[in-house]
Order: sequence, then structure tokens, then C-alpha cells
Amino acid sequence: MNLFNSITIGFKEIWAHKFRSLLTVLGIILGVASLVAMSALVKGMENGLRAALIEIGGVEKVRIEDQDIPQTQMHLADQAVGNTIKDVYALQQSAPLLKTISPEMRLRNAVITRDGKMFQSWNFVGTWANALDMNQHVVEHGRMFNDIDEENAASVCVVGTSLRDELFGSPEKAGREINPVGEVVSINGVPFTIIGMFKHYESDMDRKLRELEKDKPQEQTGPTRSRGWGSRGSGMGGFVYRMKNMTVYIPLQTMWVKFRSASGTNNTPDPRLSSLWIKVNDVDQLDQALQQSRNVLLQTHRGIEDFAFRTQEDWADQINTSITNARLSGGIIAAISLLVGGIGIMNIMLASITERVREIGIRKAIGATDSSMFIQIIVESMVIALLGGVAGLIASAALIELLVILSPTENTPMITVNAMALSFISSAVVGVLAGLLPAIKAAKLSPIQALRYD
Amino acid sequence: MALVELRNVSKIYHLGGEEIRALDDVSLDIDGGEFISIIGPSGSGKSTLMHILGCLDSPTKGTIQLDGKMIHSLSGAELARARNQKIGFVFQFFNLLPKLNVLQNVELPMIYSGLNARDRRERAVNALKLVDLENRSKHRPSQLSGGQQQRVAIARALVNEPKIVFADEPTGNLDSHTGEAILTLFRKLSEQGRTIALVTHDPEIAAVTPRRIEIRDGKIAKQVDATLAGLDRLERAADVSSGIGVS
Repeated sequence: MNLFNSITIGFKEIWAHKFRSLLTVLGIILGVASLVAMSALVKGMENGLRAALIEIGGVEKVRIEDQDIPQTQMHLADQAVGNTIKDVYALQQSAPLLKTISPEMRLRNAVITRDGKMFQSWNFVGTWANALDMNQHVVEHGRMFNDIDEENAASVCVVGTSLRDELFGSPEKAGREINPVGEVVSINGVPFTIIGMFKHYESDMDRKLRELEKDKPQEQTGPTRSRGWGSRGSGMGGFVYRMKNMTVYIPLQTMWVKFRSASGTNNTPDPRLSSLWIKVNDVDQLDQALQQSRNVLLQTHRGIEDFAFRTQEDWADQINTSITNARLSGGIIAAISLLVGGIGIMNIMLASITERVREIGIRKAIGATDSSMFIQIIVESMVIALLGGVAGLIASAALIELLVILSPTENTPMITVNAMALSFISSAVVGVLAGLLPAIKAAKLSPIQALRYD
Repeated sequence: MALVELRNVSKIYHLGGEEIRALDDVSLDIDGGEFISIIGPSGSGKSTLMHILGCLDSPTKGTIQLDGKMIHSLSGAELARARNQKIGFVFQFFNLLPKLNVLQNVELPMIYSGLNARDRRERAVNALKLVDLENRSKHRPSQLSGGQQQRVAIARALVNEPKIVFADEPTGNLDSHTGEAILTLFRKLSEQGRTIALVTHDPEIAAVTPRRIEIRDGKIAKQVDATLAGLDRLERAADVSSGIGVS
């Protein structure tokens, strides 16, 4: 009795009871399809969150910020200098584990005006050109400022699309791309030339929402109104994109000369950086790189630890936690439906062997061993399960289509080979487990009893 | 040495604390090429005897030798192999698999003996020729008459060239005319040198075989052997001292 014969017999049995087999297979189809679809949804969600994390620079990006001086060093408070441009040079010289170092000087309440329109940037920053790489910016129109602009403290700025939308009109409303490069805007009364504009940053969800609205403009009832910030397809990482689009970069030197030097207390300009971003070469060496940076900064800060590192690790962990949670809850639901499918198979196999007691008796009388009966039933059960597995994989694609139709603005679900393999193997395992009990029963059946059975 | 040697075989069942001796110290020899019948009323133990001879069941006590091999102590898988290779069964209710066609039914024992497809087919066709049914090989059992079904069952029993064929009430489910034809077929097969044991309750059917063994209450009550030279129709009382019979 070879395996091929067993499989043939399995198929014949299934074919002989088409409707019954279909219903049984359906249980497995649903189980496998929901397992694959669930993992595709979670994968889509994960992709969205990871994209947001990468969009802000990834885990290798670390912010060095001011911190209150520790209690033990309180008496040295007047010696503390804070983070200055000197730290940047020192780090460049002495911390080889760092790839990029970007100083940042921010100005809160920057008001940018043009033609009586006003834009308030939350993210008005004086920095170096390498901020482009640090913060994963892409200049779509014009150029980023360069070292010469920095050296000359040129009045140039590179802006995000939010400024363009507010001051020049958005392409959605105008129906065409608006390029503000070359225009002059006034920042807190100082004229600046726009030399570059970043691309429009948006999450997968936002993009889909935008496309959906382009196809079917939403009917607004009642008076025109702004609908507020919250809801609009922002998702967990939504604010990252919004923040990024609000960015207005000017050279660090310009910030210093045009704004900072005039705003200090007691006529003393404040030389401190708002923050200092570093990017490490290798995330695996994050700890070492931070230690190296700390050593350097303790030198420049005269041993006063008035700085702290803020990494994105928390966010990465949070992403992992929410992914794990989603995976777990989805996985449990899918596993339960697979289990129910397996119980269905077991039920049918038990009914089937009861129905075929006589056949089992005949087969044994003409030479079938207990083990060959066992294998036959297991194979039949596995054939049902694997048919369900294959059909379930196909059905999962349809299920995902359905989910996309039901909720078009969610992250794009992604079917992974791993999920498919896992689901298929699960269906095979379910087939074996569900067949186990019926197969043991069939194997143990005494041929004499079985032949007498009517 | 006889083909089958049963020595002091007992089969005891326990039903609700009560001991039932289905077979009680039976000894019996069957030679190769013999055509015998085992007769007895229902409940006499003849079916139990057939099951033990046919390797479907193991005795509680005693030894059985089949074709030079002790089979009373074999494992389940070894018994299955013995049934497959050395024994053919013909049942009262034909016991063909309804989902398989005639050819596939006849091929079934060879599937369990691991023959390749071409040999299986060739031997199955030959076995069907033996019972004059080669032109029905694609039919389902349900499309055949009772007599034809029984002939398919006989072909299936013969296809692995067994040492001995057991026929359990082979005519019990057939009308007398068809039953006659089946018995004639058995006689023909016997003349070709096959060892055949008919199990029946009907003395008329048993009459076709030269040797008859009558079972009552789990014991051999009487043996008739018409093959003993010149002793046709002689009823020989069981002789205790010969070791063949029973008191």
C-alpha cells in the first residue's frame, strides 16, 4: 500500500461525497484565509508604522537635548554651558561612531507672511545642509542651501508643502502643481527667498484618502467649515508627516545672525542650540556610540552632565508592541477558526469511518495492516485539509480585496510568503491532528467485528 | 506435513463474567489440494474456527501451523501479511467495495502486497478470466447480479495465489440455481489443485466436498472423508486416540 494509492483513495472518498466534503473543506478555507488575511493586515499596519519611523529618521537618529543638572552637580549650575556649536565640532572630531551630526536652532512663534496671508510654522529651524539626510527630507523643487549660504548667512529658506499650501495655494484646490521657488516671503519681518521645496510627505493611508477624495469629492452639508485636525486618516504616525510638511529650514548661521543674536536676555545672545541630532553608523552599536558621544560631551561640558540622549527606541518598541498585540489577537481568532475547521474534519472523518466499517473490515480481511488503515485515514483527512489550505490561500487574496473595498484608506495589506507558508503548514497539521483519532479508531477495528457490522 | 495443522486449539470469550468456549480443544489437519467443508449450526463455533484458520483471529490456547509457519503467535501486521499472501476469503454478502469497479476490486489484495500497477492488472484480468467475467471488468458491483458479484469475490480471493481459500456460506445469499453454479465453480477450482474450505450450515452444500468436518459446541463432532479409498460415503466416527478427532 503506497502513499500514492492512499492519496488516490482519499480523493475518491472526497469526490464521492462532494457536498459533505465541500462543507468540511470550507471550515479550513475560512481558517487559512483568515490567517493569511490577518497577517497581511498586520503586515500592512506594520509597514505604515515603520514607514513613519523611517520618515523621521529611523532608530539610528538620536537627539541630544538639554537636561536639568543632576542634584550632585547643582553647585556647578552656573558653569553649565548647554549644547553649543562647539559640541558639534568636538563630536565631529572625536566620535567616529557617528555618521552625521546636525545642530538645530529653533525659533518658536515664527510667522511667515506673504501678500497678507500668514503661515505659522511649528518647525522653523536653522540648521546645516546635512539635516536633509538626518531627517530624510527630499527636495522636490529647487535646491537645499549649501555651505556658501551657511557661510554668508544668506536669507534663503527651504520649505515644506504646508507653507506653500497656506501662502500660495494648494495644488488640490488649484488643480495644478504650484512651485514657490524663487518667491520671497517675510519671516518675522525679514525677507527670505525660497530656494527649495520638499516633496509632499504623506502616509500610505493619507495618500489613499486623497486619491479617494479626488475621485469622489466629499459632499459637505451645511456651512463651510474646517473639520479640525483629529480624524483625517492620520493613523498612528500621521503627525510625523504633518510635522514634516510644516518644516521651514534656513541656514544655521542665518538663524544666529538674523534672529538669535537679537533675542537674547540682557543683550547677551544665547549661543545654545535647541537640539543636536546625531545619527549613528550602525544601530547595533547604538550603545557604544552613545557612550562615545557622552564622553566627548562631558569634556566640552566640563564634566557637567546637563545633556541627555533621546532615542527613537521607545517608538520602535511601541511599534513592536502594537504589532505583537495585533498579531496575537488576529492570530488567536484565525487559530480558533482553523481549530473549528479541524473539528469539522474530525467529525466528518469519524462519520466516514462509521459509514465504512464494513469496507475497513474487507480491506483488513484481504491483507490491509492496521498501519495501512491508519495511513489511509490520515491521508484522507490531510487531503481535505490541504485542499482547504490551497483554496484558503486563493480565498485569502479575495478576502483582502474585500477588506480593501470595505476600508479603502487603511494601510495596504501585504500578503507575505511566510504567512502563506505558515497557514498552509497549519492546515496540514490540523489535517493530521483531526485525522488522528478517526485513524486510530479505524486501525483498531477488529476485522471480524467490522465484517459482521451492518 | 499438512498444509494446515491445528493442535488443541481453544477460543474462549468472556461475556459478563461468563466463560464461553467458542472452540474447545480442536485439532485438525488440512492437506494441500483438499476440498473440505466445515459444517455446523449457527453458534456451533464453525465461524470462529474459520476466523482462526483464516488468520483473522488468534486462539486463546493451542497452536496453528499454516504452510510451515506458526501463526498463532504472530503480530497484527504479520497476520495481515499472512491473510494477504496465503489466504483468500469469499463471504456470504460478497463484500466487494461498491465504489471500485470489478477490476479494481480484484486488484485490491495486490495493492496491499505492493505489486506494481502492470502486474496487478495482468493478474486481475487472469483471475477474472478464471471466473468468466473478464468482459465485466469496468462495471461496478452494483451493476452485477448476485452470482456475478460472488464470482468477482472468488476472483479477488484467488488473485494472490493463496494456499487456501475460505468460503463462508458462499451460496447463502444466492438463489439455488446460481448457488449451484458457484459450487460448480469451486469444484472446478478444486480440480485445478486449489485448497478450498467451505463453511456452511447446510449439509446439502457440504455434500459437494469429499471431506466434511462437523462442528458442534466448539468441538469436532464428526468427520467424513470420502476420499479414503473405497470407503465412499462411509461415516467414520471420530477416533480419540488418532489425535485427529475429539471425544
